[in-house]
Amino acid sequence: MNTILLKEKAQEMRCLIMESIAEAGSGHPGGSLSLAEVMSYLYFYEANLHESDPLWPERDRIILSKGHAAPVLYAALACKGYLPISEVRTLRKLGSRLQGHPDMRKLPGVEMSTGSLGQGLSIANGLALGLRLQRKENRVFVILGDGELQEGQVWEAALTAAHYRLNNLTAVIDNNGLQIDGLTADVKSLQPLAEKWQAFGWQTVTVDGHSYHDLYRGFHTERDERPLVIIARTVKGKGVSYMEHVADWHGKAPSKEQCKEYLEKSGGEDNGR
Amino acid sequence: MAGKLEATRDAYGRALLYLGEHNPEVVVLDADLSKSTKTAVFAAKYPARFFNIGISEADLIGTACGFALAGLKPFASTFAIFATGRAYDQVRNSVAYPHLPVVIAATHAGLTVGPDGGSHQSLEDIALMRVLPHMQVWVPADGEEAYQMIIAAAKEEGPVYVRLGRQPVPAVSPPGYNFVPGQAMRFGEAGDVALIACGVMVSEAMKTAEALREQGVSASVINMSSIKPLDTAMLDRVAAECKLLVTIEEHQKAGGLGSACLEHLALHSARPPVLLIGVDDRFGQSGEPLELLGHYGLTAEQMFLRIRASLEQFSV
Repeated sequence: MNTILLKEKAQEMRCLIMESIAEAGSGHPGGSLSLAEVMSYLYFYEANLHESDPLWPERDRIILSKGHAAPVLYAALACKGYLPISEVRTLRKLGSRLQGHPDMRKLPGVEMSTGSLGQGLSIANGLALGLRLQRKENRVFVILGDGELQEGQVWEAALTAAHYRLNNLTAVIDNNGLQIDGLTADVKSLQPLAEKWQAFGWQTVTVDGHSYHDLYRGFHTERDERPLVIIARTVKGKGVSYMEHVADWHGKAPSKEQCKEYLEKSGGEDNGR
Repeated sequence: MAGKLEATRDAYGRALLYLGEHNPEVVVLDADLSKSTKTAVFAAKYPARFFNIGISEADLIGTACGFALAGLKPFASTFAIFATGRAYDQVRNSVAYPHLPVVIAATHAGLTVGPDGGSHQSLEDIALMRVLPHMQVWVPADGEEAYQMIIAAAKEEGPVYVRLGRQPVPAVSPPGYNFVPGQAMRFGEAGDVALIACGVMVSEAMKTAEALREQGVSASVINMSSIKPLDTAMLDRVAAECKLLVTIEEHQKAGGLGSACLEHLALHSARPPVLLIGVDDRFGQSGEPLELLGHYGLTAEQMFLRIRASLEQFSV
Protein backbone atom coordinates (compact mmCIF):
# COMPACT_ATOMS: atom_id res chain seq x y z
CA MET A 1 0.00 0.00 0.00
CA ASN A 2 1.46 3.32 -1.16
CA THR A 3 0.24 5.72 1.51
CA ILE A 4 1.99 8.67 -0.12
CA LEU A 5 -0.08 8.15 -3.26
CA LEU A 6 -3.25 7.66 -1.24
CA LYS A 7 -2.61 10.86 0.70
CA GLU A 8 -2.15 12.71 -2.56
CA LYS A 9 -5.43 11.32 -3.84
CA ALA A 10 -7.25 12.31 -0.65
CA GLN A 11 -5.84 15.81 -0.91
CA GLU A 12 -6.85 16.08 -4.55
CA MET A 13 -10.32 14.87 -3.63
CA ARG A 14 -10.62 17.49 -0.87
CA CYS A 15 -9.72 20.18 -3.38
CA LEU A 16 -12.36 18.89 -5.80
CA ILE A 17 -14.96 18.74 -3.02
CA MET A 18 -14.29 22.37 -2.08
CA GLU A 19 -14.20 23.50 -5.69
CA SER A 20 -17.35 21.70 -6.78
CA ILE A 21 -19.45 22.80 -3.80
CA ALA A 22 -18.18 26.39 -3.91
CA GLU A 23 -19.01 26.53 -7.61
CA ALA A 24 -22.46 25.02 -7.02
CA GLY A 25 -23.19 27.40 -4.16
CA SER A 26 -24.77 24.56 -2.19
CA GLY A 27 -23.97 21.03 -1.12
CA HIS A 28 -22.57 19.04 1.78
CA PRO A 29 -18.88 19.63 2.50
CA GLY A 30 -18.62 18.32 6.08
CA GLY A 31 -19.59 14.70 5.47
CA SER A 32 -17.77 14.65 2.13
CA LEU A 33 -14.47 15.80 3.61
CA SER A 34 -14.69 13.27 6.45
CA LEU A 35 -14.69 10.47 3.85
CA ALA A 36 -11.65 11.50 1.79
CA GLU A 37 -9.37 8.84 3.30
CA VAL A 38 -12.03 6.10 3.29
CA MET A 39 -12.91 6.78 -0.34
CA SER A 40 -9.33 7.13 -1.56
CA TYR A 41 -8.47 3.90 0.26
CA LEU A 42 -11.40 2.09 -1.40
CA TYR A 43 -11.01 3.51 -4.90
CA PHE A 44 -7.20 3.42 -5.10
CA TYR A 45 -6.28 0.42 -2.99
CA GLU A 46 -8.90 -1.94 -1.62
CA ALA A 47 -11.61 -2.32 -4.24
CA ASN A 48 -11.03 -4.34 -7.39
CA LEU A 49 -11.82 -1.75 -10.07
CA HIS A 50 -10.96 -1.32 -13.73
CA GLU A 51 -8.63 1.50 -14.60
CA SER A 52 -10.90 2.93 -17.28
CA ASP A 53 -14.21 1.05 -17.37
CA PRO A 54 -16.53 1.95 -14.48
CA LEU A 55 -18.96 -0.79 -15.58
CA TRP A 56 -16.41 -3.64 -15.72
CA PRO A 57 -18.45 -6.71 -14.69
CA GLU A 58 -15.78 -8.07 -12.36
CA ARG A 59 -15.58 -4.90 -10.27
CA ASP A 60 -16.28 -4.72 -6.58
CA ARG A 61 -19.32 -2.57 -5.86
CA ILE A 62 -19.20 0.57 -3.76
CA ILE A 63 -22.55 2.04 -2.69
CA LEU A 64 -22.65 5.44 -1.05
CA SER A 65 -25.72 5.16 1.14
CA LYS A 66 -25.15 8.64 2.57
CA GLY A 67 -25.86 10.13 -0.85
CA HIS A 68 -25.48 13.73 0.31
CA ALA A 69 -21.71 13.08 0.34
CA ALA A 70 -21.96 12.93 -3.48
CA PRO A 71 -19.06 15.42 -3.90
CA VAL A 72 -16.56 12.95 -2.45
CA LEU A 73 -17.92 10.21 -4.73
CA TYR A 74 -17.63 12.45 -7.80
CA ALA A 75 -14.13 13.46 -6.70
CA ALA A 76 -13.13 9.80 -6.39
CA LEU A 77 -14.61 8.94 -9.80
CA ALA A 78 -12.88 11.98 -11.34
CA CYS A 79 -9.52 11.08 -9.77
CA LYS A 80 -10.06 7.56 -11.04
CA GLY A 81 -10.45 8.96 -14.54
CA TYR A 82 -14.08 7.91 -14.95
CA LEU A 83 -15.08 11.50 -15.69
CA PRO A 84 -13.13 14.62 -16.67
CA ILE A 85 -11.76 16.48 -13.63
CA SER A 86 -13.27 19.73 -14.88
CA GLU A 87 -16.76 18.18 -14.86
CA VAL A 88 -16.89 18.40 -11.06
CA ARG A 89 -17.63 22.09 -11.55
CA THR A 90 -21.01 21.19 -13.05
CA LEU A 91 -22.16 19.78 -9.69
CA ARG A 92 -25.86 20.50 -9.01
CA LYS A 93 -26.31 22.42 -12.25
CA LEU A 94 -29.13 21.92 -14.74
CA GLY A 95 -28.31 19.13 -17.15
CA SER A 96 -25.29 17.92 -15.17
CA ARG A 97 -24.48 14.25 -14.71
CA LEU A 98 -23.42 15.26 -11.21
CA GLN A 99 -26.78 15.54 -9.49
CA GLY A 100 -27.10 16.90 -5.97
CA HIS A 101 -27.41 13.31 -4.87
CA PRO A 102 -25.93 10.45 -6.93
CA ASP A 103 -27.96 9.26 -9.93
CA MET A 104 -26.80 5.94 -11.39
CA ARG A 105 -28.69 6.56 -14.63
CA LYS A 106 -26.78 9.76 -15.31
CA LEU A 107 -23.22 8.95 -14.31
CA PRO A 108 -21.48 5.60 -14.92
CA GLY A 109 -19.55 4.67 -11.79
CA VAL A 110 -22.41 5.57 -9.51
CA GLU A 111 -23.53 2.09 -8.48
CA MET A 112 -26.90 3.13 -7.06
CA SER A 113 -29.00 6.25 -6.87
CA THR A 114 -29.07 7.31 -3.24
CA GLY A 115 -30.00 10.33 -1.21
CA SER A 116 -33.01 9.32 0.82
CA LEU A 117 -31.14 8.04 3.86
CA GLY A 118 -31.27 4.55 5.29
CA GLN A 119 -31.68 2.59 2.06
CA GLY A 120 -28.16 1.69 0.97
CA LEU A 121 -27.60 -1.27 3.27
CA SER A 122 -30.73 -3.09 2.03
CA ILE A 123 -29.57 -2.54 -1.53
CA ALA A 124 -26.04 -3.73 -0.72
CA ASN A 125 -27.56 -6.84 0.87
CA GLY A 126 -29.57 -7.64 -2.25
CA LEU A 127 -26.50 -7.07 -4.41
CA ALA A 128 -24.36 -9.31 -2.18
CA LEU A 129 -27.05 -12.01 -2.21
CA GLY A 130 -27.46 -11.72 -5.96
CA LEU A 131 -23.73 -11.95 -6.62
CA ARG A 132 -23.42 -14.92 -4.28
CA LEU A 133 -26.35 -16.67 -5.98
CA GLN A 134 -24.50 -16.33 -9.29
CA ARG A 135 -21.29 -17.62 -7.66
CA LYS A 136 -19.51 -14.36 -8.32
CA GLU A 137 -16.60 -13.27 -6.16
CA ASN A 138 -17.18 -9.51 -6.34
CA ARG A 139 -17.29 -7.85 -2.93
CA VAL A 140 -19.80 -5.21 -1.89
CA PHE A 141 -18.88 -2.14 0.13
CA VAL A 142 -21.49 0.26 1.48
CA ILE A 143 -20.82 3.55 3.21
CA LEU A 144 -23.29 4.86 5.76
CA GLY A 145 -23.34 8.00 7.83
CA ASP A 146 -23.65 7.72 11.59
CA GLY A 147 -26.66 10.04 11.69
CA GLU A 148 -28.16 7.85 8.99
CA LEU A 149 -28.25 4.99 11.49
CA GLN A 150 -31.25 6.71 13.06
CA GLU A 151 -33.25 5.41 10.09
CA GLY A 152 -35.06 2.22 11.07
CA GLN A 153 -34.51 0.53 7.72
CA VAL A 154 -30.79 0.31 8.47
CA TRP A 155 -31.56 -2.02 11.36
CA GLU A 156 -33.99 -4.10 9.29
CA ALA A 157 -31.16 -4.52 6.81
CA ALA A 158 -28.62 -5.24 9.54
CA LEU A 159 -30.77 -8.21 10.56
CA THR A 160 -31.04 -9.37 6.97
CA ALA A 161 -27.28 -9.25 6.34
CA ALA A 162 -26.57 -11.25 9.48
CA HIS A 163 -29.37 -13.74 8.78
CA TYR A 164 -28.04 -14.47 5.31
CA ARG A 165 -24.41 -14.50 6.54
CA LEU A 166 -23.26 -11.98 3.98
CA ASN A 167 -19.53 -12.21 4.40
CA ASN A 168 -19.02 -10.73 0.93
CA LEU A 169 -20.39 -7.49 2.35
CA THR A 170 -18.55 -4.77 4.27
CA ALA A 171 -20.29 -1.72 5.69
CA VAL A 172 -18.32 1.38 6.61
CA ILE A 173 -19.77 3.91 9.01
CA ASP A 174 -18.52 7.46 8.66
CA ASN A 175 -18.62 8.05 12.40
CA ASN A 176 -18.02 11.80 12.53
CA GLY A 177 -20.47 12.27 15.39
CA LEU A 178 -22.32 15.19 13.83
CA GLN A 179 -25.59 15.63 11.97
CA ILE A 180 -27.47 18.67 10.70
CA ASP A 181 -28.94 19.70 14.02
CA GLY A 182 -25.80 19.03 16.07
CA LEU A 183 -24.09 16.16 17.83
CA THR A 184 -25.62 12.75 17.17
CA ALA A 185 -25.22 12.27 20.91
CA ASP A 186 -27.60 15.19 21.48
CA VAL A 187 -30.05 14.65 18.61
CA LYS A 188 -30.54 10.91 19.15
CA SER A 189 -27.73 8.91 20.64
CA LEU A 190 -26.36 5.88 18.81
CA GLN A 191 -24.25 4.56 21.66
CA PRO A 192 -23.11 1.98 22.36
CA LEU A 193 -22.56 1.74 18.61
CA ALA A 194 -20.19 -1.22 18.21
CA GLU A 195 -22.18 -3.26 20.72
CA LYS A 196 -25.38 -2.64 18.74
CA TRP A 197 -23.85 -4.05 15.57
CA GLN A 198 -22.37 -6.98 17.47
CA ALA A 199 -25.74 -7.72 18.97
CA PHE A 200 -27.23 -7.61 15.46
CA GLY A 201 -24.84 -10.39 14.42
CA TRP A 202 -22.03 -8.45 12.76
CA GLN A 203 -18.26 -8.59 13.00
CA THR A 204 -17.28 -5.18 14.23
CA VAL A 205 -14.04 -3.23 14.11
CA THR A 206 -13.40 0.39 15.02
CA VAL A 207 -10.66 2.28 13.21
CA ASP A 208 -9.27 5.78 12.75
CA GLY A 209 -10.97 6.73 9.49
CA HIS A 210 -8.18 9.09 8.54
CA SER A 211 -5.35 6.54 8.93
CA TYR A 212 -4.64 4.29 5.97
CA HIS A 213 -2.88 1.73 8.14
CA ASP A 214 -5.84 1.59 10.46
CA LEU A 215 -8.27 1.35 7.53
CA TYR A 216 -6.19 -1.52 6.19
CA ARG A 217 -6.42 -3.24 9.57
CA GLY A 218 -10.21 -2.82 9.53
CA PHE A 219 -10.77 -4.00 5.97
CA HIS A 220 -8.47 -6.96 6.50
CA THR A 221 -10.15 -8.19 9.64
CA GLU A 222 -10.11 -11.98 9.55
CA ARG A 223 -13.58 -12.80 8.29
CA ASP A 224 -15.95 -15.44 9.54
CA GLU A 225 -19.48 -16.06 8.26
CA ARG A 226 -20.75 -12.70 9.41
CA PRO A 227 -20.98 -9.39 7.58
CA LEU A 228 -18.35 -6.88 8.68
CA VAL A 229 -18.93 -3.32 9.81
CA ILE A 230 -16.01 -0.92 10.05
CA ILE A 231 -16.76 1.97 12.36
CA ALA A 232 -14.48 4.65 10.99
CA ARG A 233 -13.93 7.39 13.54
CA THR A 234 -13.72 10.55 11.49
CA VAL A 235 -13.73 14.31 11.80
CA LYS A 236 -16.52 16.10 10.01
CA GLY A 237 -15.03 18.73 7.71
CA LYS A 238 -11.59 17.11 8.01
CA GLY A 239 -8.80 19.07 6.36
CA VAL A 240 -10.53 22.45 6.24
CA SER A 241 -9.62 23.96 9.62
CA TYR A 242 -12.73 26.08 10.18
CA MET A 243 -15.09 23.29 9.11
CA GLU A 244 -13.69 20.61 11.40
CA HIS A 245 -16.12 19.47 14.12
CA VAL A 246 -18.66 22.13 13.11
CA ALA A 247 -22.17 20.84 12.40
CA ASP A 248 -23.09 24.02 10.53
CA TRP A 249 -20.81 22.93 7.69
CA HIS A 250 -22.95 19.84 7.11
CA GLY A 251 -24.89 21.45 4.31
CA LYS A 252 -23.38 24.88 3.71
CA ALA A 253 -21.20 25.78 0.75
CA PRO A 254 -17.90 27.58 1.19
CA SER A 255 -17.65 30.90 -0.65
CA LYS A 256 -15.53 31.10 -3.77
CA GLU A 257 -13.02 33.15 -1.79
CA GLN A 258 -12.83 30.48 0.91
CA CYS A 259 -12.34 27.87 -1.78
CA LYS A 260 -9.61 29.87 -3.50
CA GLU A 261 -7.83 30.34 -0.21
CA TYR A 262 -8.04 26.62 0.52
CA LEU A 263 -6.73 25.66 -2.91
CA GLU A 264 -3.81 28.07 -2.60
CA LYS A 265 -2.93 26.81 0.84
CA SER A 266 -3.20 23.15 -0.16
CA GLY A 267 -1.39 23.49 -3.43
CA GLY A 268 -4.46 22.24 -5.29
CA GLU A 269 -5.07 23.28 -8.85
CA ASP A 270 -7.96 25.48 -9.70
CA ASN A 271 -9.41 23.46 -12.51
CA GLY A 272 -11.85 25.96 -13.84
CA ARG A 273 -9.85 29.14 -14.06
CA MET B 1 -70.71 -16.19 -18.84
CA ALA B 2 -69.23 -16.93 -15.43
CA GLY B 3 -65.98 -18.83 -15.95
CA LYS B 4 -63.98 -20.81 -13.46
CA LEU B 5 -63.04 -19.09 -10.25
CA GLU B 6 -59.45 -18.31 -9.36
CA ALA B 7 -57.91 -15.61 -7.20
CA THR B 8 -55.29 -13.59 -9.06
CA ARG B 9 -52.83 -14.30 -6.25
CA ASP B 10 -53.15 -18.03 -6.99
CA ALA B 11 -52.41 -17.37 -10.65
CA TYR B 12 -49.35 -15.43 -9.48
CA GLY B 13 -48.10 -18.55 -7.69
CA ARG B 14 -48.65 -20.60 -10.85
CA ALA B 15 -46.82 -18.09 -12.99
CA LEU B 16 -43.86 -18.02 -10.61
CA LEU B 17 -43.53 -21.78 -11.01
CA TYR B 18 -43.35 -21.32 -14.75
CA LEU B 19 -40.74 -18.59 -14.40
CA GLY B 20 -38.80 -20.69 -11.91
CA GLU B 21 -38.40 -23.34 -14.54
CA HIS B 22 -37.88 -21.14 -17.59
CA ASN B 23 -36.07 -18.06 -16.32
CA PRO B 24 -33.05 -18.66 -14.06
CA GLU B 25 -32.73 -14.92 -13.43
CA VAL B 26 -35.98 -14.78 -11.50
CA VAL B 27 -35.70 -14.48 -7.72
CA VAL B 28 -38.62 -13.98 -5.36
CA LEU B 29 -38.69 -11.98 -2.15
CA ASP B 30 -41.39 -11.82 0.48
CA ALA B 31 -41.95 -10.20 3.85
CA ASP B 32 -43.36 -13.02 5.96
CA LEU B 33 -46.57 -13.35 3.97
CA SER B 34 -45.49 -16.02 1.51
CA LYS B 35 -48.41 -18.32 2.25
CA SER B 36 -50.87 -15.51 1.60
CA THR B 37 -49.14 -13.97 -1.40
CA LYS B 38 -48.54 -17.48 -2.84
CA THR B 39 -44.82 -16.97 -3.23
CA ALA B 40 -44.56 -19.99 -0.93
CA VAL B 41 -45.38 -22.10 -4.00
CA PHE B 42 -42.16 -20.87 -5.61
CA ALA B 43 -40.21 -21.11 -2.34
CA ALA B 44 -41.06 -24.79 -1.98
CA LYS B 45 -39.73 -25.65 -5.42
CA TYR B 46 -36.87 -23.13 -5.75
CA PRO B 47 -35.69 -22.48 -2.19
CA ALA B 48 -32.28 -21.13 -3.26
CA ARG B 49 -33.97 -18.37 -5.26
CA PHE B 50 -36.47 -17.39 -2.59
CA PHE B 51 -35.62 -14.85 0.10
CA ASN B 52 -37.81 -14.18 3.08
CA ILE B 53 -36.88 -10.73 4.32
CA GLY B 54 -39.13 -10.93 7.36
CA ILE B 55 -41.58 -8.30 8.53
CA SER B 56 -39.69 -5.37 7.06
CA GLU B 57 -41.19 -4.03 3.87
CA ALA B 58 -38.75 -1.16 3.39
CA ASP B 59 -35.92 -3.68 3.54
CA LEU B 60 -37.87 -5.99 1.20
CA ILE B 61 -38.02 -3.38 -1.55
CA GLY B 62 -34.42 -2.25 -1.02
CA THR B 63 -33.11 -5.81 -1.13
CA ALA B 64 -35.04 -6.42 -4.34
CA CYS B 65 -33.27 -3.40 -5.85
CA GLY B 66 -29.92 -4.96 -4.98
CA PHE B 67 -30.86 -8.15 -6.81
CA ALA B 68 -31.76 -6.04 -9.85
CA LEU B 69 -28.34 -4.36 -9.66
CA ALA B 70 -26.79 -7.84 -9.64
CA GLY B 71 -28.48 -8.51 -13.00
CA LEU B 72 -31.30 -10.66 -11.67
CA LYS B 73 -35.06 -10.30 -12.01
CA PRO B 74 -36.59 -9.79 -8.58
CA PHE B 75 -40.27 -10.20 -7.77
CA ALA B 76 -41.09 -8.59 -4.41
CA SER B 77 -44.35 -9.50 -2.74
CA THR B 78 -46.35 -8.46 0.26
CA PHE B 79 -49.84 -7.01 0.75
CA ALA B 80 -50.60 -4.01 -1.46
CA ILE B 81 -51.13 -1.78 1.55
CA PHE B 82 -47.55 -2.37 2.74
CA ALA B 83 -45.79 -2.53 -0.63
CA THR B 84 -47.15 0.83 -1.69
CA GLY B 85 -47.69 2.57 1.64
CA ARG B 86 -45.16 1.32 4.14
CA ALA B 87 -42.38 1.23 1.57
CA TYR B 88 -43.39 4.18 -0.61
CA ASP B 89 -40.13 6.06 -0.34
CA GLN B 90 -38.18 2.91 -1.17
CA VAL B 91 -40.37 2.28 -4.20
CA ARG B 92 -40.05 5.88 -5.32
CA ASN B 93 -36.37 6.52 -4.71
CA SER B 94 -34.78 3.09 -5.03
CA VAL B 95 -37.02 1.42 -7.64
CA ALA B 96 -38.69 4.03 -9.83
CA TYR B 97 -36.10 6.82 -9.74
CA PRO B 98 -33.22 4.59 -10.87
CA HIS B 99 -35.57 2.72 -13.21
CA LEU B 100 -34.71 -0.72 -11.85
CA PRO B 101 -36.44 -3.83 -13.21
CA VAL B 102 -38.15 -4.74 -9.96
CA VAL B 103 -41.60 -6.31 -10.14
CA ILE B 104 -43.78 -5.44 -7.19
CA ALA B 105 -46.46 -8.11 -7.18
CA ALA B 106 -48.73 -7.03 -4.37
CA THR B 107 -51.67 -9.07 -3.21
CA HIS B 108 -54.73 -8.43 -1.01
CA ALA B 109 -55.56 -5.18 -2.80
CA GLY B 110 -58.90 -3.46 -2.46
CA LEU B 111 -62.03 -4.00 -0.39
CA THR B 112 -62.21 -7.69 -1.25
CA VAL B 113 -59.51 -8.45 1.32
CA GLY B 114 -62.56 -8.65 3.50
CA PRO B 115 -62.53 -9.26 7.25
CA ASP B 116 -59.01 -7.91 7.90
CA GLY B 117 -60.63 -4.50 7.67
CA GLY B 118 -59.75 -0.97 6.68
CA SER B 119 -56.14 -1.05 7.86
CA HIS B 120 -55.43 -3.78 5.35
CA GLN B 121 -57.66 -2.76 2.45
CA SER B 122 -55.48 -0.91 0.01
CA LEU B 123 -57.67 1.61 -1.80
CA GLU B 124 -54.92 4.06 -2.73
CA ASP B 125 -52.23 1.88 -4.31
CA ILE B 126 -53.12 2.53 -7.96
CA ALA B 127 -52.92 6.26 -7.28
CA LEU B 128 -49.63 5.99 -5.40
CA MET B 129 -47.97 3.85 -8.04
CA ARG B 130 -49.20 5.50 -11.20
CA VAL B 131 -47.86 8.94 -10.27
CA LEU B 132 -44.32 7.54 -10.22
CA PRO B 133 -42.36 8.12 -13.44
CA HIS B 134 -41.09 4.86 -15.02
CA MET B 135 -43.61 2.73 -13.07
CA GLN B 136 -46.09 0.60 -14.98
CA VAL B 137 -49.36 -0.32 -13.26
CA TRP B 138 -51.24 -3.47 -14.21
CA VAL B 139 -54.45 -4.80 -12.66
CA PRO B 140 -55.54 -8.25 -13.86
CA ALA B 141 -59.23 -9.07 -14.19
CA ASP B 142 -58.87 -12.80 -13.72
CA GLY B 143 -56.42 -15.63 -13.13
CA GLU B 144 -55.45 -16.05 -16.77
CA GLU B 145 -54.64 -12.37 -17.16
CA ALA B 146 -52.69 -12.33 -13.90
CA TYR B 147 -50.67 -15.30 -15.10
CA GLN B 148 -49.85 -13.58 -18.37
CA MET B 149 -48.99 -10.33 -16.65
CA ILE B 150 -46.44 -12.03 -14.42
CA ILE B 151 -44.79 -13.70 -17.40
CA ALA B 152 -44.82 -10.34 -19.22
CA ALA B 153 -43.44 -8.48 -16.19
CA ALA B 154 -40.37 -10.72 -16.16
CA LYS B 155 -39.49 -9.37 -19.61
CA GLU B 156 -39.78 -5.70 -18.69
CA GLU B 157 -36.64 -3.61 -18.32
CA GLY B 158 -38.15 -1.23 -15.79
CA PRO B 159 -40.37 -1.41 -12.72
CA VAL B 160 -43.88 -2.86 -12.79
CA TYR B 161 -46.58 -2.82 -10.14
CA VAL B 162 -49.06 -5.70 -10.42
CA ARG B 163 -52.17 -5.41 -8.27
CA LEU B 164 -53.44 -8.82 -7.19
CA GLY B 165 -56.41 -9.90 -5.13
CA ARG B 166 -57.31 -12.40 -2.47
CA GLN B 167 -60.86 -13.10 -3.60
CA PRO B 168 -61.48 -15.77 -6.27
CA VAL B 169 -62.84 -14.11 -9.42
CA PRO B 170 -64.56 -15.66 -12.46
CA ALA B 171 -62.57 -16.07 -15.66
CA VAL B 172 -63.44 -13.35 -18.16
CA SER B 173 -60.50 -13.51 -20.58
CA PRO B 174 -61.48 -15.11 -23.89
CA PRO B 175 -59.61 -18.18 -25.16
CA GLY B 176 -56.34 -17.17 -26.78
CA TYR B 177 -56.25 -13.84 -24.94
CA ASN B 178 -52.81 -12.28 -24.91
CA PHE B 179 -52.00 -9.49 -22.43
CA VAL B 180 -50.02 -6.64 -23.91
CA PRO B 181 -49.06 -3.62 -21.75
CA GLY B 182 -51.03 -0.58 -22.87
CA GLN B 183 -53.73 -2.62 -24.62
CA ALA B 184 -57.24 -2.79 -23.23
CA MET B 185 -59.75 -5.49 -24.14
CA ARG B 186 -63.28 -4.66 -25.18
CA PHE B 187 -66.20 -7.01 -24.60
CA GLY B 188 -69.28 -6.39 -26.71
CA GLU B 189 -70.08 -3.95 -29.50
CA ALA B 190 -69.81 -0.20 -29.15
CA GLY B 191 -72.96 1.15 -27.60
CA ASP B 192 -74.52 3.99 -25.66
CA VAL B 193 -72.70 3.09 -22.45
CA ALA B 194 -69.06 2.11 -22.08
CA LEU B 195 -68.04 0.53 -18.79
CA ILE B 196 -64.31 0.85 -18.22
CA ALA B 197 -63.26 -1.37 -15.34
CA CYS B 198 -60.23 -3.09 -13.90
CA GLY B 199 -59.49 -6.00 -11.59
CA VAL B 200 -62.28 -7.76 -9.76
CA MET B 201 -64.73 -5.13 -11.03
CA VAL B 202 -64.52 -6.32 -14.64
CA SER B 203 -66.70 -9.38 -14.03
CA GLU B 204 -69.08 -7.23 -11.99
CA ALA B 205 -69.22 -4.68 -14.82
CA MET B 206 -70.12 -7.48 -17.24
CA LYS B 207 -73.17 -8.29 -15.16
CA THR B 208 -74.11 -4.60 -15.14
CA ALA B 209 -73.75 -4.44 -18.91
CA GLU B 210 -75.95 -7.49 -19.23
CA ALA B 211 -78.62 -5.85 -17.09
CA LEU B 212 -78.43 -2.68 -19.21
CA ARG B 213 -78.81 -4.65 -22.41
CA GLU B 214 -81.86 -6.38 -20.98
CA GLN B 215 -83.34 -2.90 -20.56
CA GLY B 216 -82.55 -2.09 -24.17
CA VAL B 217 -79.47 0.01 -23.45
CA SER B 218 -76.47 -0.99 -25.54
CA ALA B 219 -73.36 -1.32 -23.41
CA SER B 220 -69.83 -2.62 -23.74
CA VAL B 221 -67.23 -3.41 -21.12
CA ILE B 222 -63.58 -2.45 -21.43
CA ASN B 223 -61.04 -4.27 -19.31
CA MET B 224 -58.51 -1.48 -18.77
CA SER B 225 -56.04 -3.76 -17.06
CA SER B 226 -53.03 -1.71 -18.05
CA ILE B 227 -53.64 1.51 -16.18
CA LYS B 228 -50.15 2.68 -16.98
CA PRO B 229 -49.46 2.73 -19.84
CA LEU B 230 -53.11 3.54 -20.50
CA ASP B 231 -54.73 2.45 -23.75
CA THR B 232 -55.50 5.98 -24.89
CA ALA B 233 -56.43 4.86 -28.39
CA MET B 234 -59.17 2.67 -26.96
CA LEU B 235 -60.25 5.51 -24.69
CA ASP B 236 -60.48 7.94 -27.62
CA ARG B 237 -62.49 5.45 -29.63
CA VAL B 238 -64.87 4.70 -26.79
CA ALA B 239 -65.31 8.36 -25.92
CA ALA B 240 -66.23 9.14 -29.50
CA GLU B 241 -68.77 6.33 -29.69
CA CYS B 242 -70.62 6.25 -26.39
CA LYS B 243 -73.04 8.62 -24.74
CA LEU B 244 -72.07 7.81 -21.18
CA LEU B 245 -68.69 6.64 -20.03
CA VAL B 246 -68.44 4.85 -16.69
CA THR B 247 -65.24 3.97 -14.87
CA ILE B 248 -65.38 1.26 -12.23
CA GLU B 249 -62.72 0.35 -9.69
CA GLU B 250 -62.26 -1.19 -6.29
CA HIS B 251 -60.13 1.80 -5.27
CA GLN B 252 -60.54 5.41 -4.21
CA LYS B 253 -62.21 7.43 -6.93
CA ALA B 254 -59.44 9.96 -6.48
CA GLY B 255 -56.28 9.08 -8.33
CA GLY B 256 -57.24 5.69 -9.70
CA LEU B 257 -58.46 4.30 -13.02
CA GLY B 258 -61.19 6.90 -13.37
CA SER B 259 -58.76 9.74 -12.74
CA ALA B 260 -56.32 8.30 -15.25
CA CYS B 261 -59.04 8.16 -17.90
CA LEU B 262 -60.27 11.67 -17.13
CA GLU B 263 -56.75 13.09 -17.26
CA HIS B 264 -56.50 11.83 -20.80
CA LEU B 265 -60.01 12.92 -21.78
CA ALA B 266 -59.83 16.36 -20.16
CA LEU B 267 -59.28 18.20 -23.41
CA HIS B 268 -61.20 15.74 -25.53
CA SER B 269 -63.65 17.73 -27.64
CA ALA B 270 -66.23 14.95 -27.88
CA ARG B 271 -66.02 13.81 -24.27
CA PRO B 272 -69.27 12.27 -23.05
CA PRO B 273 -70.35 12.62 -19.42
CA VAL B 274 -68.18 10.43 -17.20
CA LEU B 275 -69.53 8.63 -14.15
CA LEU B 276 -66.80 7.58 -11.73
CA ILE B 277 -67.64 4.55 -9.64
CA GLY B 278 -65.28 3.65 -6.83
CA VAL B 279 -64.78 4.20 -3.13
CA ASP B 280 -65.64 7.79 -2.37
CA ASP B 281 -63.03 9.20 0.00
CA ARG B 282 -63.67 6.64 2.71
CA PHE B 283 -61.66 3.89 4.34
CA GLY B 284 -62.75 0.28 4.21
CA GLN B 285 -63.88 -1.87 7.11
CA SER B 286 -64.32 -5.50 8.13
CA GLY B 287 -66.87 -7.63 6.34
CA GLU B 288 -67.11 -10.39 3.78
CA PRO B 289 -65.85 -9.37 0.32
CA LEU B 290 -69.23 -9.36 -1.40
CA GLU B 291 -70.87 -7.69 1.60
CA LEU B 292 -68.27 -4.95 1.36
CA LEU B 293 -68.81 -4.41 -2.36
CA GLY B 294 -72.48 -3.95 -1.51
CA HIS B 295 -71.79 -1.59 1.36
CA TYR B 296 -69.66 0.63 -0.86
CA GLY B 297 -72.08 0.55 -3.80
CA LEU B 298 -69.99 -1.63 -6.07
CA THR B 299 -72.29 -4.56 -6.87
CA ALA B 300 -73.55 -5.06 -10.42
CA GLU B 301 -77.09 -4.15 -9.42
CA GLN B 302 -76.10 -0.97 -7.58
CA MET B 303 -73.99 0.12 -10.50
CA PHE B 304 -76.87 -0.58 -12.88
CA LEU B 305 -79.16 1.69 -10.86
CA ARG B 306 -76.61 4.50 -10.79
CA ILE B 307 -75.96 4.23 -14.49
CA ARG B 308 -79.68 4.27 -15.24
CA ALA B 309 -80.04 7.41 -13.14
CA SER B 310 -77.17 9.03 -15.03
CA LEU B 311 -78.72 8.11 -18.34
CA GLU B 312 -81.91 9.84 -17.27
CA GLN B 313 -79.98 12.84 -15.97
CA PHE B 314 -78.20 13.27 -19.28
CA SER B 315 -81.28 12.29 -21.31
CA VAL B 316 -79.47 9.50 -23.12
